[in-house]
Amino acid sequence: MVHFTAEEKAIITSLWGKVNVEEAGGEALGRLLVVYPWTQRFFDNFGNLSSASAIMGNPKVKAHGKKVLTSLGEAIKNMDDLKGTFAHLSELHCDRLHVDPENFKLLGNELVIVLAKYFGKEFTPQVQAAWQKMVAGVSIALAHKYH
Amino acid sequence: SAADKNNIKAAWNAIGSHAGDHGAEALERMFHSFPTTKTYFSHFDLSHGSTQIKGHGKKVADALGNAVNHLDDIPTALSALSDLHAHKLRVDPVNFKFLSHCLLVTLASHHPAEFTPAVHASLDKFFATVSTVLTSKYR
Repeated sequence: MVHFTAEEKAIITSLWGKVNVEEAGGEALGRLLVVYPWTQRFFDNFGNLSSASAIMGNPKVKAHGKKVLTSLGEAIKNMDDLKGTFAHLSELHCDRLHVDPENFKLLGNELVIVLAKYFGKEFTPQVQAAWQKMVAGVSIALAHKYH
Repeated sequence: SAADKNNIKAAWNAIGSHAGDHGAEALERMFHSFPTTKTYFSHFDLSHGSTQIKGHGKKVADALGNAVNHLDDIPTALSALSDLHAHKLRVDPVNFKFLSHCLLVTLASHHPAEFTPAVHASLDKFFATVSTVLTSKYR
């Protein structure tokens, strides 16, 4: 289980307060689909994913990105129990969506990169390290109910 | 692809003389976020601003710059480094992903305007290719 220090929680919460969830979600998911095109396999019904600009401008990608990050926002309020918070979503991703948990790590890293892009110098190595723990914890929690 | 090569060269040009600094920053980020990577540097001073990290960051950046100038034949260009990593350094392959990721984070934070999704994708591919070459002689 991932344990967050008080300092790490503070770092994560304070940065999260400045994140535009809709924009960041679309950007992170879009970049996942551009950089790792095989991840598009889960989004056959999303319409036009034929180029980087098509993907980044695709309204379904933006909407789904927002959904994913909104869920992350909820998790940030419950950092001491990520497994509990994501139990239902974990079952969903295994039983219905059939998503290889490796993809959670990829998306987590894309989010870290997007945060670095938005926050520049503010995204120090220490801030990054706290967020790497966060996305790792979320990935583990989402994979926890797999069978 | 040709587009990838253009993206990589353009990105490297934009980085210019900051390459060494970025290399050092990427290493520092890696040591913070992925502490297991420090096991390969027990002989280093890993504190912030350490001369050793700066020196090593420049070494890494110079090697990457060399690869950028030889995109059509990275294996030959990095052959000596490939031997070094296989026979002397023996860094577990998983660690190249950590450093590649931290290089991307560093570039995104310093060059947000140039770090478009397409450039990001090309650089990710480039770092993955370099990583594969560096671990190609492991066994």
